[in-house]
Amino acid sequence: MKILVCISKTPDTTSRIAFTDNNSRFDTDKVQFIINPYDEWYALVRAVELKEATGAEVTLIHVGPADGDAILRKALAIGGDRAVRVDADPADAYFVASQIAAFVRSDPHDLILTGKETIDYNGSQVGGMLAGLLDYPFVSLASRLDVAGNLVTLERDISGGKEILEVPLPVVVSCAKGMAEQRIPNMRGIMAARTKPLTVMTAHPADPLTRMVAFELPQTKQGVKLISPDQPEELVRLLHVEAKVI
Amino acid sequence: MSVLVFVEPADGVLRKPAFEAMSYGSRLAAAQNMQAYAVCLDESVPEDSLKQLGAYGAVKVLHDRSACFRPFDAQVFARAVRAAAEAVQARIIVLSLTYNGRALGPLLSAHMQAGLVTGAIDFPETNGEVFRIRKNVFGGKAIATVEVATAVKIIALMPNAVAPVRGEGVAEVETFTSGLQESDRRMRLTGVNKVSGKVALSDAEIVVSAGRGMKGPENWGMIEELAEVLGAATACSRPVADVHWRPHEEHVGQTGLAIRPNLYIAVGISGAIQHLAGVNGSKVIVVINKDPEAPFFKAADYGIVGDAFEVVPALTRALRRFKAGEMTFN
Repeated sequence: MKILVCISKTPDTTSRIAFTDNNSRFDTDKVQFIINPYDEWYALVRAVELKEATGAEVTLIHVGPADGDAILRKALAIGGDRAVRVDADPADAYFVASQIAAFVRSDPHDLILTGKETIDYNGSQVGGMLAGLLDYPFVSLASRLDVAGNLVTLERDISGGKEILEVPLPVVVSCAKGMAEQRIPNMRGIMAARTKPLTVMTAHPADPLTRMVAFELPQTKQGVKLISPDQPEELVRLLHVEAKVI
Repeated sequence: MSVLVFVEPADGVLRKPAFEAMSYGSRLAAAQNMQAYAVCLDESVPEDSLKQLGAYGAVKVLHDRSACFRPFDAQVFARAVRAAAEAVQARIIVLSLTYNGRALGPLLSAHMQAGLVTGAIDFPETNGEVFRIRKNVFGGKAIATVEVATAVKIIALMPNAVAPVRGEGVAEVETFTSGLQESDRRMRLTGVNKVSGKVALSDAEIVVSAGRGMKGPENWGMIEELAEVLGAATACSRPVADVHWRPHEEHVGQTGLAIRPNLYIAVGISGAIQHLAGVNGSKVIVVINKDPEAPFFKAADYGIVGDAFEVVPALTRALRRFKAGEMTFN
């Protein structure tokens, strides 16, 4: 089985969120970039677990400029076998999905994993678009994934619970919390990652469908109104009369 | 040309996400001199319920009653919604960003080469060909304006962002045949685990959430009681889910679920920025924490500095009296 894990690069969760160029672009100054946590903790670690259990081969793909190589090396250290970077500006989710689809057409993979969304633009789009472009089944928000032969068993989040599904390979799955636990790469993994293949590919022609044109920060709260701990009735009154939420 | 709204029932009943999307779609249609249609792919919804969508602005509801739509297979849904969109010449497709909507939107976008905005929080700003819409990014720490340049546009509306407006009217319900069949579905459902009797977190209007300040899972009874009296869903912070005090489905925050209820009550949660990112879209935030320096107070509307083990049961008692009509306010 060949597993493809889609890797995005996102700012660290503690990054200061600010914008530049007249609020048209995220300010990357002093920002540390990491593997998108959903891609790393759930998609990649589950792929590596399946590799350890079944001998699957794990390919990593990232669409972005050369500074993405560092996160690909980290992903290789966690356990990917080889990495591919499509050397292009990831203009929008559709453009990224088109690049990955083009790669899969030339180098077929059975199981394609993405994180459920990136923590920066919260699009939740690449996996579904990729499934649409490849005409593969798509299971979103999976919290469990097992493979037996050609059949994948998945647990998927639904409103108020979980659904258990069986889907034949090939399939695209977006991975959510519960699927695996974060792994810290060990020294052996880090050393091995240095010599694993990282191929740079040129972009496949594709036009983005959307563009982010401006950013703003949300309005800040007016300031907290403190209520004495021995007057819960006052909080009830404020929630009813002032905030009108109960 | 028209606006097509995908309405998704829950257990055979149309609920708030469907009404929000319909109401939003019909207001969009009115602004652009277009008709608003709905498409429903659930045979279990009675015709009378679909007619009610007229009160939210639907002129007509296309209803495909094929059994192929159960269980949910996003590819099958995307192809059926596409067929409906083509039948009514939709220029804008609106859906709610529910669990299924999250899967459907991007497939539809790829099938139709139509630009998608996931988690729109507002009505679009249009000017000639320019179509721009706002959505949360960085887990709610910022808002982006997204421009969609394609002829057909897809809007996945963030639940609880735009209130549904109910008017008068009855929609016509028309049987629609998308042509999708059982053989198109590639998934087989082998089980469902529903937590019955509890309010689903993602759709909840009120959420009671707790964190490490609760000291241990055995102390959650008071949180559940508070949630019960409010008809609220329960949630938790990441550290609590990580040590398995609570199921991971309850984790809200930047790497968990992002929610925007009308009222979010946080008990014993310090308010790290990763947590705030997932909840700061809430309309009203109440923080209960014994540490007056907890950063969460800066993001709160109301706060109580005090011991959760005393404040929470007292608040629950006060709310019981309020719910029983035993409290009057001037």
